[in-house]
Amino acid sequence: MIIDHPLLGPRDSSEFVYLGDARMLDRPDPDAPDAARAFYEYGYLRDNPAGPHRELWFHEGGDRSWLVVTRDTVTHEITRVEMARDVARAKGRST
Amino acid sequence: MHSLTPITALGGAQPRIDTIAEMTLTENPGLALASIAARRGHEEACKDHLRALIGDVPGPGRSQLHDPEAAFWTGPDNWMAGAPFDTHEDLAAQLKARFGETASITEQTDAWVCFDLRGDGIEAVMERLCAIDIRTMVTGDAQRTVIHHLGFFVLRRDPADWLRILGPRASAGSLHHAIVTAMKAVA
Repeated sequence: MIIDHPLLGPRDSSEFVYLGDARMLDRPDPDAPDAARAFYEYGYLRDNPAGPHRELWFHEGGDRSWLVVTRDTVTHEITRVEMARDVARAKGRST
Repeated sequence: MHSLTPITALGGAQPRIDTIAEMTLTENPGLALASIAARRGHEEACKDHLRALIGDVPGPGRSQLHDPEAAFWTGPDNWMAGAPFDTHEDLAAQLKARFGETASITEQTDAWVCFDLRGDGIEAVMERLCAIDIRTMVTGDAQRTVIHHLGFFVLRRDPADWLRILGPRASAGSLHHAIVTAMKAVA
């Protein structure tokens, strides 16, 4: 499997480490009144789609950047690769 | 007073040199290194300092070959700077004085082992070691990938039959073994 890194181009998947659902980026507000419930869902509840899935990959054997990879869990086809920091910043984080 | 004898990354009093067929692998203890990480909000000021130091800011997968200091890209807003150890043993302190609050500078000299691989056949050696497409790399290209589960940098130098390999110093023996084994396989 080849992952088309946004900065470095196509790279072998052996250089990457898989984390899981990209919703890990959306850490709930710990000060919100329903924080306990939100963190329960954040920590434990995952969809398990047969189809396109946004997930976090770490370029451990490369530039050590986190990527958000959109991968079809049925065919392994990768349709989109983004820098996780760009995704987070688009949501107003770490700007 | 202590009387300490400096040794190289491979533990010798002198740098190790292996010549196999037309290829030479040389342990290079003469390199001072420091990493540069731009601080948030100071990215452009940090790049201005880097440009003033070495003439350009290397982008993804590239190095800026320059004397005495040089640098290559290691990640977004991150670079590794190198210079001759004899004149720049305090490279990190020199860079910190220049970059100030725009970047976090970390001493890296003793974290890495440096090998210079030269000669005909070095592309075939790298093809046996890692997943990098070494034949598409030109002078000035710098990539990080994996040899035998060890993350390492490979820099294509000038002339192009010269590769510089930076690997984790604590695993210098393992990396050396891997490279020499591949050199023998190619020879």
